[in-house]
Amino acid sequence: MTALVEATATAAPARTRSLPLVDATRAELRRILRWPATWVLAGVWLLLNALFGYVFDWISYRTGETTGPADAGVQLSSLLPAAIPDRFADGMPMFGGAIVMILGALAVGSGYGWGTWKTVYTQGPSRAASFGGTLVALLVLVGGLVLVTVGLDLGLSALVAAVEGGSAALPAIGALATSYGGGVLILGMWGAGGVLLGVLARGPALAVGLGLVWSLVVENLLRGVANALPAIEGVTNRMPGSAAGSVAGALGGADVADGGAPGVLHVLSGPAAAGLTAGYLVIFVAVALALVIRRDLL
Amino acid sequence: MDATIVSTQRLTKTFGPRTAVDAVDLTVRRGEVYGFLGPNGAGKTTTLRMLLGLVRPSSGRATVHGLPPGDPVAVARTGSLVEGPGFYPYLSGRENLRVLARYRGLGDREVDRVLERVDLTERAGDRFKTYSLGMKQRLGVAAALLGEPDLLVLDEPTNGLDPAGMADMRALLVDVAAGGQTVLLSSHLLAEVQEICDRVGIISAGRLLVESTVTDLRGATGIRLVAEPVDRALAVAMTVAGDDAVEVDGAALRVSGPAAQAPELARALVGAGVDITELTPVERSLEDVFFDLTRTVPEEVPA
Repeated sequence: MTALVEATATAAPARTRSLPLVDATRAELRRILRWPATWVLAGVWLLLNALFGYVFDWISYRTGETTGPADAGVQLSSLLPAAIPDRFADGMPMFGGAIVMILGALAVGSGYGWGTWKTVYTQGPSRAASFGGTLVALLVLVGGLVLVTVGLDLGLSALVAAVEGGSAALPAIGALATSYGGGVLILGMWGAGGVLLGVLARGPALAVGLGLVWSLVVENLLRGVANALPAIEGVTNRMPGSAAGSVAGALGGADVADGGAPGVLHVLSGPAAAGLTAGYLVIFVAVALALVIRRDLL
Repeated sequence: MDATIVSTQRLTKTFGPRTAVDAVDLTVRRGEVYGFLGPNGAGKTTTLRMLLGLVRPSSGRATVHGLPPGDPVAVARTGSLVEGPGFYPYLSGRENLRVLARYRGLGDREVDRVLERVDLTERAGDRFKTYSLGMKQRLGVAAALLGEPDLLVLDEPTNGLDPAGMADMRALLVDVAAGGQTVLLSSHLLAEVQEICDRVGIISAGRLLVESTVTDLRGATGIRLVAEPVDRALAVAMTVAGDDAVEVDGAALRVSGPAAQAPELARALVGAGVDITELTPVERSLEDVFFDLTRTVPEEVPA
């Protein structure tokens, strides 16, 4: 018995038998979920979504004032649960996307300054598996965040329905699932863009700065130029922000001209917009992964 | 089992026109403490980064555990601390190690074991960013010890430690080596290497100048003797130590051999009526060897 105990005590520590990608994903989820920045960004998104999606519109409805240039006031129907699939992704192409892009850029870029990538890449899993863990962890996070957004919207719209005496009928599950998928696609694409910027800049500050300038400023400026210069409209309509905005538009969102949210567009058809957004997501991830695998880590 | 755990053949890394590591051939044997010695900027860290697969060699070859550097199997069997500890500042020391344990597929008990090993258990719950430099360095060593890897690659592990911390670190490394783990340790502190390493490689300006045991490098010990009359002293010394063991060094004689023969030599000299004015054991420190070697290196010629 003593011999057995001794043998156990001196034996090499037991390793769990799982795929390196699974090990890496568990590790990355652990450190990302315990990061205050993650919760701050997720909280900011949920707050913005509640304020701009429901609170301000509800106040407008009650006071009878219009919120946008549209001639009609806020319709109660747009605040009820049944309207969720149409309006769900409205805030995502611009604001939600910017927030998730910051998260992606910080989650990847910070590791260069902290020196954690060199620590992570000397643990055992290959760089592809380790970085894959980061990507899967971020995807899980985005999927969870969009799911929480669905729950929040359901709660708020049910509250509006109860207080105002509107219909509390739930939206069709198929339409809700499509909007959920659209939301994950939009936020996932921007998150992947942030990841790529973090890898390119090898730091968080420049990556976040460039990403915000692109998503909030450059795309809007190009849109303005495109209005005056039709030659570049074709290019502008295929930018990441335009593609994401068209996904939100295709899901039923109204654009700014119709009193909807900034960033929502109707320049591409639904399938074309979804395909282009997914294409950007794949390209961003592939380029980031290739750079991580190939580059020296100094 | 292969006796060699790390070997490089003409390993070279250039950054633009600058050659950081120039055709380095080094061999680390299983179970030894190998000191990789050189001034700051000599190419130590770049060499270690190549062995860990963080940096791709420009030319030459290296094997770690018989595999190419960076091979996941080789990396999993290597614990490392390169150029300062890199941890998540917002996580505690323990939580940082738990994240790394997930990467290695290890459980949390292993984390507690290595924290105990570097004497960090008490502060393990505090955030990494609140640690002193010495504690950060110890956490880095704890991370390297995760999973009891066969090979530890530690880059300047005593950097930033106070004298007591340095002594603790040296004791830890000796202890680790006694347990059978191979340690490849870089340092610019010669005394440190002299104390704990079995063999050393000395690198300067990217080139490995010599690789040998500490004892061989320091060369034979001897005795410096100043006595009158010189010719009689020379004759006596040659009788005691052997004809080839004595040479004239200015006004003094240099007698090669162990310092333990000093009393015998003194007795013989006094018995022969020689007046002794100086009888000193001579032992070169690694520092002397190091400066002799680095002085003779020609200036780097820009490529």
